[in-house]
Amino acid sequence: MKRLSRYRRHKAAGPFLLVFALLAIGTTFNVASATVKQSPNSFARTSAIEEGRQIFLKGCSSCHGLNAEGGAIAPSLIGVGAASVDFQVGTGRMPMADMSTQAMRKAPVYNAEETAALAAYVASLAPGPAIPTDALLNYERDGSTAEGGELFRNNCAMCHNFAGQGGALTQGKYAPTLMGVEPKYIYEALITGPQSMPVFSDKTITPAEKLSLIKWIKSAEKEPNLGGATMGRIGPVTEGLLAWVLGIGLLIGIAVWLTTKAR
Amino acid sequence: MSNVSTEIEPVQDPGPAPHVMRNADIDPKAEKRAEQQVAILFGLSGVSSLLLIYSYVFIASDVFVFIPVMGSQNVQQLGLGLGMAFSLLFLGLGAIHWAKKLMPETEVINHRHEFRSSDEDRDELVKTVKHAAAEVKLGRRSLIKRSLGFSLGLFALPPVLLLRDLGPLPKKQLETTNWKAGTRLVTDPGNRPILASDLEVGAVVQTLPEMPNETERLLSDIAKDPVLLIRIRAEEFQLSPEKLAMTHDGIIAFSKICSHMGCAVALYEQATKHLLCPCHQSTFDVTRGAKVIFGPAARPLPQLDITVDEEGYLIARAPFNESVGPSYWERNSQ
Amino acid sequence: MTTAEKRLGNAANFVDERIGAAGWVKKSLNKVFPDHWSFMLGEVCMYSFVILLLSGTFLTLWFDPSQRDVIYEGVYEPLKGIKMSAAYASTLDISFEVRGGLLMRQIHHWAANIFMAAIVAHLLRVFFTGAFRKPREFNWILGILLLTLGFVEGLFGYSLPDDLLSGTGLRITSAIIQAIPLVGTYISFFLFGGAFPGVGFLPRIFTLHVLLIPGAFLAVITIHVMLVWYQKHTQFPGPGRTEKNVVGHPILPVYMAKAGGFFFIVFGVIAFLSAVASINPIWLYGPYTPGQISAGSQPDWYMGWLDGLVRMAPPLETHAFGHTVSWNILIPALIVPGILFTGMAFYPFIESWITGDKREHHLLDRPRNVPNRTALGVMSITFVMVALINGGNDILATNFHLSINQIMWFSRIGIFVLPPLAFVITKRLCLSLQRADRDLVLHGLETGRLVRMSSGEFVEIHEPISPQKRFVLTSHEQAPALELSATDARGVKRPGAIKNKVRARLSKAHAVGLPKVTAEDLKEIEHH
Repeated sequence: MKRLSRYRRHKAAGPFLLVFALLAIGTTFNVASATVKQSPNSFARTSAIEEGRQIFLKGCSSCHGLNAEGGAIAPSLIGVGAASVDFQVGTGRMPMADMSTQAMRKAPVYNAEETAALAAYVASLAPGPAIPTDALLNYERDGSTAEGGELFRNNCAMCHNFAGQGGALTQGKYAPTLMGVEPKYIYEALITGPQSMPVFSDKTITPAEKLSLIKWIKSAEKEPNLGGATMGRIGPVTEGLLAWVLGIGLLIGIAVWLTTKAR
Repeated sequence: MSNVSTEIEPVQDPGPAPHVMRNADIDPKAEKRAEQQVAILFGLSGVSSLLLIYSYVFIASDVFVFIPVMGSQNVQQLGLGLGMAFSLLFLGLGAIHWAKKLMPETEVINHRHEFRSSDEDRDELVKTVKHAAAEVKLGRRSLIKRSLGFSLGLFALPPVLLLRDLGPLPKKQLETTNWKAGTRLVTDPGNRPILASDLEVGAVVQTLPEMPNETERLLSDIAKDPVLLIRIRAEEFQLSPEKLAMTHDGIIAFSKICSHMGCAVALYEQATKHLLCPCHQSTFDVTRGAKVIFGPAARPLPQLDITVDEEGYLIARAPFNESVGPSYWERNSQ
Repeated sequence: MTTAEKRLGNAANFVDERIGAAGWVKKSLNKVFPDHWSFMLGEVCMYSFVILLLSGTFLTLWFDPSQRDVIYEGVYEPLKGIKMSAAYASTLDISFEVRGGLLMRQIHHWAANIFMAAIVAHLLRVFFTGAFRKPREFNWILGILLLTLGFVEGLFGYSLPDDLLSGTGLRITSAIIQAIPLVGTYISFFLFGGAFPGVGFLPRIFTLHVLLIPGAFLAVITIHVMLVWYQKHTQFPGPGRTEKNVVGHPILPVYMAKAGGFFFIVFGVIAFLSAVASINPIWLYGPYTPGQISAGSQPDWYMGWLDGLVRMAPPLETHAFGHTVSWNILIPALIVPGILFTGMAFYPFIESWITGDKREHHLLDRPRNVPNRTALGVMSITFVMVALINGGNDILATNFHLSINQIMWFSRIGIFVLPPLAFVITKRLCLSLQRADRDLVLHGLETGRLVRMSSGEFVEIHEPISPQKRFVLTSHEQAPALELSATDARGVKRPGAIKNKVRARLSKAHAVGLPKVTAEDLKEIEHH
C-alpha cells in the first residue's frame, strides 16, 4: 500500500482511477446481468415443436403466458402462425429488450434453428399464416414495379413515408424504415400485421400484389439519388435546413470576406 | 436610469484611423502576385465551363459513381452542376479578389441633401394646382361631375363580372359523393369487390365506390369518395345503437377524407385502433366512431352505413348522412 | 488617342446626341455605397430573383401546365404505365430526358429557398438596425409586400409539378379558402374551376406564377431599389460618418466589381447546391391523387411555420343555425398571420409613435443600443421558430425517437411562454452588452497580463481602445422617454388620456438603456 500511495499526487492518478472505476463497474454489471444461453445441443434428440416449446418456456412465457395464452403485457400467440414468429424473432424484435413504446429491430437473440423451432411450436397451437417459401418470393419474375408503386402509395406511404424511410405514429410509436429489410420479412409483416401495423391478408392484397410491393421497395432501395445527396429522403424539412445552413451560411461567409480590408 | 447624455458634451469624432497600405500598393512583387492570383481564378472559371460543355456533350445520362457520404451519384449531373457552379464561383471570386487587392480602396464621401423640397417649389406647386382647378371650375360643373361619377362607377362592375365563368357555383357538390344505396365497395387500386369473410380482424382496406361500366373516375370524385374499411372485434365497439347498426359484424367504414383539411386519413394503428392523419396529427378513435381524441380536427370522420349483399360482398346501405371532407360555411354540422 | 478610345468616344457621342446622358451617368458612376457584409443580404435576394427568372424561363420551354391525364411512357421504370397529369409527366421528362433539365429544376428550387431565406435575413438586418425609420418607411412596406408575394409565388411554384406532396399542400390551401365564412366555397370553386382539385387550376397558377406575380415582383423590386438609390443607403456609425453624408466606395470601379462579382458568387453557390444536393425529387413522391398521402408531409420551410400553427390549434368549430365556422383553421392560417404581417408592415409608424421621433435617420443603430426593439425582434423570431418546429414534429419524432403528442404539447404551451421569456432575456442581454461597452470605453481592453505592484497588489493591465472604436461605442443617441401627462396644466383630463398613458409607458420602456459615456467621463478617467 505504501508503494501505491507514493503516486497519490501523480498527475495521471485522477484519470487512471476514473478509467479503472468505469471498467470495474462495467464488467461487474455485464457479468451480473448476463443471461445464460442454452445451447441447442442439449435438445438434439427432441422434435422441432418440443424444442420450440422448451425455448418458449424459457424465453417467452414470462410475458406471453405458459401456454402462449397472453397476459396483461403481451398478446396471445394462439393463431398468429409461424410467419409472425419468424418475423418477430428473426428481426430480433422479440424477445423485447425494454418495455418501452414499441419493439424495435435489433440483433436477433435466437439463431435460425431456434427461430424455426419456435415458429413450429407456435404454428402447432392453432392455424395461422405460414412462412412464405422461396418460390413464393420471386418478386423479380412475378412482381411489377410500377404496380408496386401504386400499391405502396395507397397502402404503405402514409405510415412508412413515400420512399419507405419510416414515419411517426402516435405516442412515440413509429413505422420503421423499409430500407434493407429482407423480402421474406416484408411479406411476413404484411400478412401478420405486427404491433401497430394492420393485417394485409392475401384476399385484400393478393400474393402477386405483395410481390409487386416488394419489387418496388427493392427498386427504391437500389435507386441512386439522381439529383445529389438527399439527406435521408425526408423532404422539405431537411431541404430548408440545408438552404439556411449551407446556402445562407456560405453566402454570408463570402460577404464577410468581400467586405474585409485586404492585406 | 436617467438619460441626459444628449445635453452633455458627447465624445468627439476623432476622424478615420491612419490608412494602412496594402501589400500590393507598396510592393510591386505583391502586386504581381495578386494579378497572378486573379488570373488563376479566372482561368479556373474557364476550365470549369469546359467541364460543363464536356459533360453535356460526352457523358451519358446513366453513368453513376460512388462518392463517400453522398452515395451513388449521376456523373452527368455532377459534371454539369459542378462545371456550372465553379465557372460562376471562380469568376466572382476573381473579380472580388481583384477589387480587394488591386483596385483603389480609398473611401469617398457623398453628401446627403435634404429631401424636403424648398418652400418656393412647394408654394408654386400649390399655386399651379389651384390655378388649374379654378380653370376647370369643377366646383360649378356638377352635371359633369355626376355623369362622370356614374360612368366611372359602373366601370368597377364588368371586370368582376367577366370572371364569373371561372368556375361553377358550389350548389350541392360538397354534399354528395358517389356512394348510393347498394354501391359495392371495391379495392383501391384493383377495383375488386370485397367479401366480408375475406377481412381478418386487424385488417384495413382502402376502398372506393364501384363505378358503373368502366366510367372514368374523376380526381374530384377521388377527393370525396375514398372509404376506409376496418375490422375489429365487434365487442370492442363503444357506439350508440344507431351507429352500431351502421357496422357489420365488426367491420366499420369511415370516409378517408379528413374532416379537418381534407388529407387522406389512412394511417391505422392496429393495436390502439386509432386513425392518424399525417398532415396535422389529428387522431381518431375507431371504437368510438372515429371520435377525435387529439389534434386540430373538430369533427369525427363521417361513417358509411354498410352491410352485405346476397353474395356476401360489402355494400353501402345508404349514402353518407353528412358532407365529407373539411368544413365550410354552409355545412350543417349539428 | 488610341483607336479604342476613339471608338468608345464615337459610340458615346452617338448616344449622347440623342438622349444627352453624360450628366446623370457621371453622377451615377460616382455614387457611393457603404461597405458592410450585412448590406449584401438584399443583394442576395435580388440576384436570386434574377436566377429564378433565368432558370424559370428555361423550365417553361419544356413544362406542360395541364391537368389532362396521360399515361407515362418515359424512361423512369417505376412509373411506367401509370396515369398522371401532363404537368407531372412533363416534369419527369425535364428531370430525366432533357440534359441539364434536372440541374435547372434544382437551381430553380434552391434559388427559391435561398431567395426566401435571404429576404428573411435581410428583413431581420433592416429591423434590428432600425433602417426602416424615416425616410424609409415606405420601402419597408414594399419589402413586406415582397415577402408576401414570395410566399405565394413559392407555393404556386412547387405546386406546378402536381406531385403527391405539393398536391396535398393544395388540398390544405383549398380547405383554408373554403373555411372563409360566407364566400369561402364560392372563391374556392372559382379558383379551382369546380370541386377540388378541379381541372383549371394548374394552368391558372401557371399564369400567375410565370407572368403576373413575376411582373409584380419586377415592378416592386424596381421601386424598392430605386428608393435605396435615391435616398442613399444607410450606414453604421463610425469616424467620419454623420447623418448628413455617406462614406464608401464609388460604383466605378470598386463597387461594380464587388457587387458584380457577388452576383456570380450567389449564382455559383446556388449551382453548387444544385449539383450536390437533391431537392424535390418528385419521381419518388408519385403523381397527385387525393386518396393518397405520405407520412411526413410538409410544405417548403417558409410555409412550415403556418403548418405548425395549424397543427397546434385546438379543435374549435362553431356549429350554429345550420352553419359552420372553423376557428381551428381561420385563426392559425388567416387571422394570426394577418395580424403579424399587418403589425410588421406598420411597425415603423408604431415605433415612431412610441418614441415621438419625427427626424430622418441615416445612421444605423447597433442592436444592443435599442434593447426594446431588439427584444421584440427576438420574441417574434422565437414565435416563428416554435411554430416551425411544430410544423416538422413528425420528422423530429421519426428521426429522434420522440412522441408527436409531446412535441405538440410543448409547442402549444411554448408558443405562449417562450416568446415573452425570449423578450425578457434579450432585453437583459442588450443591457449587459451596453454595460460591457461602457466598461470597454472607461477602462479599456482586459489584456490578461498581471503585474504585481511594489505594494504587493496584483493589477491587470488594461489597454485603452482606439479613438475610433471609442467613438463608435459612444456615438449612439439616447433620446429621453416622452413626457405625456394625462392632465393639462390646470388638472383637467386631456382627451385621449388612455392613449397618452399607454404611449408614455411604452415610450419609457423603449428608452431603457445604460447612460453612455460622455466626454466629461473620459476627462475624469484621464485624471485618474
